[in-house]
Amino acid sequence: MANEFTLSDAGTGALLFDVAQDGVFDETRQARLLALADSLAGTPGIDDVVPGMNNLMVAFDPLTVDADEIGRRLAEGWRRAASAGEPGRSHEIAVVYGGPDLQDFAAGLGLSVDEVIERHSQALYRVAAIGAMPGFPYLSGLDPKLATPRRAVPRQGVPKGAVIVGGGQAGIMPITAPSGWHILGHTDFQLFDPHRAVPATLRPGDSVRFIGKGGER
Amino acid sequence: MIEILSSGALNSVQDRGRRGLLSSGVSRSGAMDLPALDAANALLGNEPNAAAVEVATFPFRLRFVVVATVAVTGATAEARLAGRRLMPWGAAEARPGDELTIDPPTAGARIYVAFGGGVDVPQLLGGRATDLKSGYGGHEGRGLKRGDRLPLGRRATGRLPDGGIGALPPPGRSDPDRPLRVLPAAEWLDFSDAARQRFLSVGWRVTAEADRQGCRLDGPELVRERRRELLSHGIVPGTVQVPPSGRPIVQLAEANTCGGYPKIATVIEADLWRLGQAMPGDALRFAVVDRAEALAALRETADWLDRLRSAAALYRVS
Repeated sequence: MANEFTLSDAGTGALLFDVAQDGVFDETRQARLLALADSLAGTPGIDDVVPGMNNLMVAFDPLTVDADEIGRRLAEGWRRAASAGEPGRSHEIAVVYGGPDLQDFAAGLGLSVDEVIERHSQALYRVAAIGAMPGFPYLSGLDPKLATPRRAVPRQGVPKGAVIVGGGQAGIMPITAPSGWHILGHTDFQLFDPHRAVPATLRPGDSVRFIGKGGER
Repeated sequence: MIEILSSGALNSVQDRGRRGLLSSGVSRSGAMDLPALDAANALLGNEPNAAAVEVATFPFRLRFVVVATVAVTGATAEARLAGRRLMPWGAAEARPGDELTIDPPTAGARIYVAFGGGVDVPQLLGGRATDLKSGYGGHEGRGLKRGDRLPLGRRATGRLPDGGIGALPPPGRSDPDRPLRVLPAAEWLDFSDAARQRFLSVGWRVTAEADRQGCRLDGPELVRERRRELLSHGIVPGTVQVPPSGRPIVQLAEANTCGGYPKIATVIEADLWRLGQAMPGDALRFAVVDRAEALAALRETADWLDRLRSAAALYRVS
């Protein structure tokens, strides 16, 4: 069971390697996937190794690399991959809680605003993956009591710096963009700088804690 | 140096796009019609990843401040340099003060204007492509506007003949009704037989929601039979997602690097340019191929480009 996976074509030059089971995110599998991702990075002909949530997408030059060969390497690497990768770094991110959704979000869960803030800021989050937008962290570790379906109609412009939750995940907006997640607060933490060689501030495997700062609700 | 005289916010500096940064959430970006960009650079003897101007808003006008070579490829449109018509998929010498004018296309959506030596904007994240969604790269991270001046790199040696040169367009451009070739993707079998049949038999209408991020199509609803929960995963340009509405979206150059919608198929790399040239109202059909055919199509385009590069070199007289 632990070594099960599915492999599918993502076009001519990419493969999607998926180890999720029943759509439920698993931390141990993710740690093994990140180790597998590290072992593939820098392979000639491989352009991108992209960890998702319990999956890995590998993009390559199909004219120089054989997709079946990459598939074999993924399968073998997965069997061997141990979760003891490099330890991640820790980040403390200051948040001013508030914004347009906080009241309704709390009410929908039958919690007070203070309880929502407490639960959101007491959890220890892990960066599962970076993606969608430049530097956007998919954070696991959200208090299950705060898991809520996404908004039925996404907001058109969720501002840069918005501290958000959607489904069982947490995140922070790196740019102003549409999102269906709920806004719980705001941070000035910089997630992305295109002038750095590694432009994303957070890396998969890092841990994150949100620190509530005084301010308007 | 060139000076933009007339432009729209959708015209931007583009190269072949960024690699290796999807895992930082950085989209590939780059030209929506790569063979057209490749052809323009090949005609001028440029390095393969030289940056050019992608024009999607017309009419487009610019003025040469220096002596330069220029190539115009992509959609079918009339292009005039100092009043003289350029050949389709053609290149010519420009003198200081010459104006280049490009009319709205009669077929297709995007034109590539390349210059000898390429547009020499600063490199960012390993490339010169503009990411309009995220606001970085290219010229100041934005679309071009009137008055912008763009520096050019060092052009290849040799002079183009008077009257310019022209290229044969890449394979497959003569038949606009040919289906877009796709490979089945991860959730292909989650769709019912009827839904898959419909996906492949219907003429899908390109909606007005079509830009550098993606192309939303209109047609009958595609129902996913097996509704399992999907976690977010990396996606590439060409991914055909089916959101809850049941109408497909094809993700393109500036697509988000991760997504969570089911994927029915992926448009093969060799056919992606067609979505870059699609206009709202166009009808598109899909046909499933296997990996071998997808690779053969890509090789065919690569061979065409090699031949074009060699042929163009013969015309540059020193």
